[in-house]
Amino acid sequence: MYPRQKHLLAIAGLRPPEIGHLLDLAENYVLLNRSGKTQRDLLRGRTLINLFFEDSTRTRTSFELAGKRLGADVINMSVSTSSVNKGETLLDTAATLNAMQCDLLVVRHGQSGAPHLLAQKVEAAVINAGDGTHEHPTQGLLDALTIRRRCGRLEGLLVAICGDILHSRVARSNIHLLTTMGSRVRVIAPPTLMPSGITALGVEAYHSMRDGLRDADIVMMLRLQKERMNSGLVPSAREYFRFFGLDSEKLAYAKPNALVMHPGPMNRGVEIDSAVADDPLRSLIKEQVEMGVAVRMAVLDSLSRGPR
Amino acid sequence: MFRAVRLIDPASGRDEHGDLLVRQGIIADLGPNLGQPEKALLVQEEGAVLCPGLVDMRASLGEPGYEYRETIASAAEAASAGGITTLAALPDSVPAIDDPALVRLLRARGEETGSLTILPYAAITRHCGGEALAELGLLREAGAVAFTDGARALRSGRLMRLALSYACGFKARIVQHPEEPSLAEGGAATEGELATRLGLPSIPAAAEPILVARDIRLAKLTGGAVHFSHVSTAEALDLIRAAKADDLAVTCDTAPPYFDLNEMAIGEFRTYAKLSPPLRSEDDRLAVVAGLVDGTIDAVASDHQPRDADDKRLPFAQAAPGGAGLVTLLSVTIGQVHSGNLSLMQAIALLTDRPSKLLGYQAGGLAKGAPADLCLFHPDRSWRVEAGALPGKGQNTPFDGRVLQGKVLGTWKAGRRVFG
Repeated sequence: MYPRQKHLLAIAGLRPPEIGHLLDLAENYVLLNRSGKTQRDLLRGRTLINLFFEDSTRTRTSFELAGKRLGADVINMSVSTSSVNKGETLLDTAATLNAMQCDLLVVRHGQSGAPHLLAQKVEAAVINAGDGTHEHPTQGLLDALTIRRRCGRLEGLLVAICGDILHSRVARSNIHLLTTMGSRVRVIAPPTLMPSGITALGVEAYHSMRDGLRDADIVMMLRLQKERMNSGLVPSAREYFRFFGLDSEKLAYAKPNALVMHPGPMNRGVEIDSAVADDPLRSLIKEQVEMGVAVRMAVLDSLSRGPR
Repeated sequence: MFRAVRLIDPASGRDEHGDLLVRQGIIADLGPNLGQPEKALLVQEEGAVLCPGLVDMRASLGEPGYEYRETIASAAEAASAGGITTLAALPDSVPAIDDPALVRLLRARGEETGSLTILPYAAITRHCGGEALAELGLLREAGAVAFTDGARALRSGRLMRLALSYACGFKARIVQHPEEPSLAEGGAATEGELATRLGLPSIPAAAEPILVARDIRLAKLTGGAVHFSHVSTAEALDLIRAAKADDLAVTCDTAPPYFDLNEMAIGEFRTYAKLSPPLRSEDDRLAVVAGLVDGTIDAVASDHQPRDADDKRLPFAQAAPGGAGLVTLLSVTIGQVHSGNLSLMQAIALLTDRPSKLLGYQAGGLAKGAPADLCLFHPDRSWRVEAGALPGKGQNTPFDGRVLQGKVLGTWKAGRRVFG
């Protein structure tokens, strides 16, 4: 599927058939995983390194499991972000990785564009597992797979993404993916958390949950980090929850059977109410985690066949 | 002796085919059909233009303090390759140029190169720290051409007022990096669609006019002279245009990236295109071109900010801002002649006579008896910019890979050939 690309650095730039192919491939892996079978010969003898400059349990574990189910040798490297010269660490690490003859490199970094920089310096195929406030492509893919499996399609659906759009790499990847695949996307945030020029990405922007959620098929909530309160972008957690937290009252603005998603980890009582998050009829949050493994298997599979 | 070249001298308005004779470092004669003295060394290039050596009114030298980025010797080499014979150096080095002895030192170091006159700016505030006024009078006496805190904007309105007012007594300009610091802090690109797509911390373009508006008011209040460097937005240019119409002592320059490139040059996190101020939208770029055409912009400066590979091979937001600009100054500016926006005379004026007058320094003219600081270039010949292969140490050019039309063939300092 990737005659064009060696790496997966972003959703932006992918074409609908490429996204569709990855989702189809992931769909097969869902079935494989559920059947309890494995396909350990696919990446046998290949080395996958999880290089995480930011803490993450969920994404790292998901990649680790995906790699192991395909038979790769998986190594986890956590790099302290407290070291004085982060930049040197990044390029020095690239040199180390080349020496180790790593085949697949999964990178999470706090700076936008860090995986692009690494991709220029390492021989491995680089998979962006979240870079700064830029993109988180596998999250976008797993969200799309979750929606597609439940609704049968992406085209024509109305998806509302709510919360800290400004700092969200998840939002950017989802916006690119969903608009590319023909969904209608709305973003809902207080003006201080809405990035400038966002409508140029093909979305409609709202500052009120009541207006933004109207007729939505999918309500996608984003995590609000505590430092946003300290930097004055939002006055307080309780004020945020009052206007932008998802509870059953606000969810009622959406379609009656609208589904709720969250990339995790959740701040219960800040951006989402437990009653909504844990509602088995409405919440897709657990399913998202399952899809995460399948999507990452699909990405590893297709990149390992890509141009070397 | 230069034979059959096109002589362009904005100071006198001369634009004619002719000859120019140099004797003992001084322009002895110029004009059409000069007689050829015996034993004269002839320089002749078909289609070439001879103009005064360029006067670059804004460059960082790296020395003192950042010799790994650039030294005075390497900057002089790059300047010569760019046709520059006089250069005004920013004071935000380590140590900052905030002491009369350092001003004299820089002047002397320039003379030592034999190829480049260095005109030092001195700091407005001690250590360029923005807190206490430096000894402006003593610095001026030692030879500082004007005052600036370099790449740092003077944040305090009160200090700006004092500086404008006090420097006025010594007939010196205050040169401001026009960017409201609290809006610019931490930003890596201009706010808008591109920064949003790339997920980069951003600076609203309005950070520039906000500070320009304040400082124009303060110039009016104090009667002082303010100069804005590397102006890059339509709104700031409108304010400056209006201030000039009001006869205030307000001037400005810009740098080639701001009329030749827009923010799209960042592409996918190209750190060589990370500048301060950041590259702007296409609308702002067009406004800068219009400012060059109508004369709102007084000069074009290289805004040379040498950076080492290690300063730039970082994630975009962590990379050091700034571009190398000495070698490409003339060629990129000539690009505006090729695109029909400026006449050759206008372009050369922006690089010689006008900055020279702003700096209050006699340079940048072709006249009998003047030092033979000269630049010979071919306006049509092209060359390819290649980071890593440029003269000098600063290789961080935002024009990497570009083919530019307009090539420096030779540079002379006081009659001695220093390039070509």
